Amino acid sequence: MPKTGSSHIKIPRKHISQKVSNVSPSGIRKFFDLLSSMEGVISLGVGEPDFITPYHIREAAIYSLEKGYTMYTSNYGLPQLRQELAKYLESCYGLSYDPDSELLITVGVSEGLDLALRAILDPGDEVIMPDPCYVAYPSCTTLAGGIAISIPTTEENSFEIKAQDIEPRITERTKAILIGYPANPTGAVMPKEELIQIAQLAQQHNLLVISDEVYGQLVYGVEHTCLASLPRMKEHTILLNGFSKAYAMTGWRVGYAAAKREIVEAMTKIHQYTILCAPIMGQMAALEALKKGDSEVEAMVREYDCRRRVMVKGLRDIGLSCFEPKGAFYAFPSIKITGMTSEEFAEKLLIEEKVAVVPGSAFGHYGEGYVRCCYATSLPEIEEALKRMGRFIERHRFQH
Amino acid sequence: MKQIFEALEKDARLTPKQISTMTGISAAEVEKTIKKAEKDRAILKYKTVIDWAKLGEEQVWALVEVKVVPQRDVGFDAIAERIYRFPQARSVYLASGTYDLAILVAGKTMQDIAVFVSEKLAPLDTVQGTVTHFILKKYKEDGEILEGGEEIKRLPVTP
Repeated sequence: MPKTGSSHIKIPRKHISQKVSNVSPSGIRKFFDLLSSMEGVISLGVGEPDFITPYHIREAAIYSLEKGYTMYTSNYGLPQLRQELAKYLESCYGLSYDPDSELLITVGVSEGLDLALRAILDPGDEVIMPDPCYVAYPSCTTLAGGIAISIPTTEENSFEIKAQDIEPRITERTKAILIGYPANPTGAVMPKEELIQIAQLAQQHNLLVISDEVYGQLVYGVEHTCLASLPRMKEHTILLNGFSKAYAMTGWRVGYAAAKREIVEAMTKIHQYTILCAPIMGQMAALEALKKGDSEVEAMVREYDCRRRVMVKGLRDIGLSCFEPKGAFYAFPSIKITGMTSEEFAEKLLIEEKVAVVPGSAFGHYGEGYVRCCYATSLPEIEEALKRMGRFIERHRFQH
Repeated sequence: MKQIFEALEKDARLTPKQISTMTGISAAEVEKTIKKAEKDRAILKYKTVIDWAKLGEEQVWALVEVKVVPQRDVGFDAIAERIYRFPQARSVYLASGTYDLAILVAGKTMQDIAVFVSEKLAPLDTVQGTVTHFILKKYKEDGEILEGGEEIKRLPVTP
C-alpha cells in the first residue's frame, strides 16, 4: 500500500517531468555567460537583424497605445491584420486563405511551430526534418510528444533536403515533414523543383508539411517559393511566418500560421487556452508593417546582400570553405581544416580573438564541423571579425 | 550600377575593391563607373559630415528666404546664379510657396551672416525681400541624428 500524505513520510518525487528532462537546453546559449563577462567582443552569434524596427512601424504602435489599444484581441488575432495578411498572401503567392478561419496570429513563429506540432501529433508520431536545422524543431517535436526523425543534409547537396532521402524514412507513424527554408543556420534556399518533389511525396503519403518561411523575404538573387502555393499543397501545408526577420521586429513577437480550417481551428484551441492572443501592440505594429513596410524590407535586403558578399568572400579568403548562402542572414563555413570540433572552435575563437560564432553542432549532428556566422551586423564589424578570424585560422590550421 | 552609388553615398571611403565585394561587380568595372560619374559630375564631391559643435567650433547657419522678380527669358536662373556664386551660400534651391529661393548660409558668427544678407543679398536688383532664420540647433544632418541616436541593444547570442 502506498503511504498517504498523513504519514509524513516523504515519497521521492521528481519535480521535473521526464519529457522536459529529456530535452537538452539550446546549445546556442552555452557561451552566453562567458560572453557577457568579456569586453570588445564582436558577435556574429546573433539570430536577428541589427536594424531597429522602421520608425513608421514603431510610430504606428505608439499611436495605437495613445488611442487606447491595450486590450485582448480575438483569439485569432486582429481582424484587420488577418484581412491584410490574406491580401498579402494572395498578392505575393497567389494563395487564398479565408481570414476568418484559415489564419491565426501567433506570438512569433516560435508559438506557431509549437501549436502546429501539438495540434497534429499524438504520442509517438514522427516528424521528419533536416539536420542541421533550427534548434527548436527537434525539441518542440519532443515536447509535443513526437519523435524527430533527422534527415542529413550536406554542403555537397547545398544543404537541401531531398525527397529521395525522406521517402525511405516514412513510416505509419509519420505525421509531418518540418522544413525551414531559407534556412537557419545554413542560409540554404530550396529550389522550386526540389520543393515540388517534396510536395508530391506529401500528397502520395498524405502527410502534412510544416513550412517555416520566416526568412522567405530575405533571399538574394533567387526566388523564394512558398510551399503552400504549389499545386494542391494548401491542403497539406501549415505555413508559418512572421514579422521578426524581414521587418526587423524580433522583440514584438508577432507571427502567423496559415492552413486549412480544421488545422487552424485545432491550433487555435491550444492558443486560446495557453496564450489567448498575441499582444495587441505587436499586432498593430505588424498591420502597419504589412501595409507600408515594403520599401524598408527592400532596402534591408539590399544591405544584407552587400554584407553577405563581404562575409562569404572574407571567409573564403581566410581559407575556410563556405557554401554560398542564398537566403536568411547566415553564412555557414566549414572549419574542418582546423581539426577542431565546432564547439572547440567557437570557444577558442571567442577567448583568443573575441569573436562570437555559434557552433554548427548546436543545430544537429550534421552541423558538426561548421559554425554559423550571422552577417546582420555592420560592415566595419564584419571586416574586423574576418580579420580576427583570419589570424585565428592562420594559427590553428596546420596543428592537427 | 545603382548599388555602386548607393554604397558610396553611405560611405565615401569605400575602395573599388570593397565595392566590388559588396556588389559582385568587378573592381575594374566599379572603378570605370566611378571615374565616368566623376567626369560627368554625377558624383560632385566626397565629403564628411562633421558635428562641429562637438569639436568646440562655432559655426552659424541660417536659412534665408528670398523673394525675387523673375526676369524675361531667364526666369529665376540669372538671379540664382548671382547668388550661388557667393561662397557663403552653401546651398541654393528654387522653392514653391510664399518665397522663391531658399538659401542655406554658413558663417563663423551671426555678424558674418547679417553682413552677407544686408550688403550682398538684399541690395541685388531683382531681390524684393529676404527673411533670415538663424538655425538654433541641429538635430539631424544628412540623415544622421546628432545627439541621442539609436543604439542597437541586441543580446550577443540568440538562436
